[in-house]
Amino acid sequence: MIQVEHINKTFQVARRNAGFMEAFKTLFNKQYEYIKALDDLSFVINDGEMVGYIGPNGAGKSSTIKILSGILTPDSGTCLINGRTPWKNRVAHVQDIGVVFGQRTQLWWDVPVIDSFELLRDIYKIPPQGYKDKLEELITLLNLEKIIKTPTRQLSLGQRMRCEIAASLLHDPKILFLDEPTIGLDAVSKIAVRNFILDMNNRHKTTVILTTHDMQDIEALTKRIILIGKGKILLDGSLQDMKKRFAGHKRLLLDYDGRDLELSNGMVLAANEGHSDYGKDTSGFGLKHSIIDIDTDKIQISEAIGKLSAQVDIKDISITEASIDEVVVKLYKEYEI
Amino acid sequence: MKLYLRYFIIHLKSIMQYKTSFLLTALGQFLVSFNVFLGVYFMLHRFYRIKGFTFSEVLLCFSILLMGYTLAECFARGFDTFSSTISNGDFDRIMVRPRNVMLQVLGSKIEFTRVGRMLQAIVMFIYGIYKSQVDWNFNKIITVIFMIIGGAVLFTGIFIIYAAFCFFTIEGLEFMNIFIDGAREFGKYPVNIYGKRVLQIATFIVPYTLVQYYPLLYLLEKDAKDWYMFLPLLAVLFIIPCYLFWKVGIKHYKSTGS
Repeated sequence: MIQVEHINKTFQVARRNAGFMEAFKTLFNKQYEYIKALDDLSFVINDGEMVGYIGPNGAGKSSTIKILSGILTPDSGTCLINGRTPWKNRVAHVQDIGVVFGQRTQLWWDVPVIDSFELLRDIYKIPPQGYKDKLEELITLLNLEKIIKTPTRQLSLGQRMRCEIAASLLHDPKILFLDEPTIGLDAVSKIAVRNFILDMNNRHKTTVILTTHDMQDIEALTKRIILIGKGKILLDGSLQDMKKRFAGHKRLLLDYDGRDLELSNGMVLAANEGHSDYGKDTSGFGLKHSIIDIDTDKIQISEAIGKLSAQVDIKDISITEASIDEVVVKLYKEYEI
Repeated sequence: MKLYLRYFIIHLKSIMQYKTSFLLTALGQFLVSFNVFLGVYFMLHRFYRIKGFTFSEVLLCFSILLMGYTLAECFARGFDTFSSTISNGDFDRIMVRPRNVMLQVLGSKIEFTRVGRMLQAIVMFIYGIYKSQVDWNFNKIITVIFMIIGGAVLFTGIFIIYAAFCFFTIEGLEFMNIFIDGAREFGKYPVNIYGKRVLQIATFIVPYTLVQYYPLLYLLEKDAKDWYMFLPLLAVLFIIPCYLFWKVGIKHYKSTGS
């Protein structure tokens, strides 16, 4: 169980204007600016929960992860993870957590992956039998059989990420922090990684905290999201709730032939293209493509289509929901972060 | 200790991946030190003596210091390259592992290529012994061992200070090289040739003389007290302020994360 209460963290950042003279000045008189990285942060995460921790760059995501993993000490506030304060009890705490930094490797570059694993076994003092069982499980689930004897530098990114994840789970942590685990992976590897994380959570009730910019990760893995911006928690709730808030919008993609559309209340033109000369038909209008956002609170989809088809000759039509990416963009806009 | 051995083995395995590179670097290290040897040789070939020290005595002095330095650089290299460990985020990785931070930094890098320089130091040392008329006895052999250990610990301490500075700033650490490379170059000759002021600094601030000048006097029986032979052990205490400074650095890192 992770309990975070009223955590604050301020960073001091040196500031100067561009230019050589300015650089020279700072030699003698440094100007500091204080940036509130975390502002009264509180949340509770239960055992076995999977939480997506999202927010734009610089919102305070990695600061939070660093505090939770005992690397940073906050200015004020308390944090209890399984009864321990991470920054006071670092060694005991980190035995229980696994951390995957998606952009950095924890494997030794020049030696086969298995050698790295064995070193980790000694670092975490994993008993021989426990290590053997865990390794077997991870090899099967992540399909590492063929790559485990290859030096890390010769692995592809997807293979390496699978090994990274295995490496952080060898000591059977109760909590797993995943910092952008699917960054730069191809579709197949992404899905493999996601499935594995789901499986791990099911089997061992591992608590997973996931920071990512890939909203498909969030959609596939987590039920709960915490949205952070400018150091504050803006939204803490289920993914469904968040989507529902914006579910009142549908998007209509339209290929049509005819005059410009007249839109009624509840319909907004999002994009318009194809007013070209080619494709001209006898009536003298070009083939056009429009994207229209529909507010379903104001107008029914069927009604909207009816109105549109009365005006023009519709060649093709498709309806989509607002994607989760767009939902997030809207959220960011709403909170002005 | 067992874990350190593990680190040792994994570094050995890494090295074996690049045999040619290893051999060439080691050879390079050997040749660089050989240059220094030639420098000392020609200098003393011309002047014969420096402040009462002959060529072979200078050689003895330099080779012992170089051995200590090389040991430190081989095993404490992790501190020497610590600024990159911080800036590329590997230090965060070290922090999320349930082991002593210092041990992990030590284990993060072991520089086997320094074997070349070690070889050079040993060659010089043997040559120095052969040429100088030192009456070897048990106490003197012990003294040499003390000097090497003391030197290695002293330089390790300086590397640790250097690393601890990285917690506060990433730039402008070049001045530390005065102490590191400077000391190695200084160490070619017995420190007293540089004058009294340098001798004092190198005794009371950064205790180089305790591992070099004074025990050397004992070895060469030049106006030396018997207790000079234990001075290198005193120099080992230098590691304590270094360690404390390191602790302060980690605390600072934990509060700023930079």
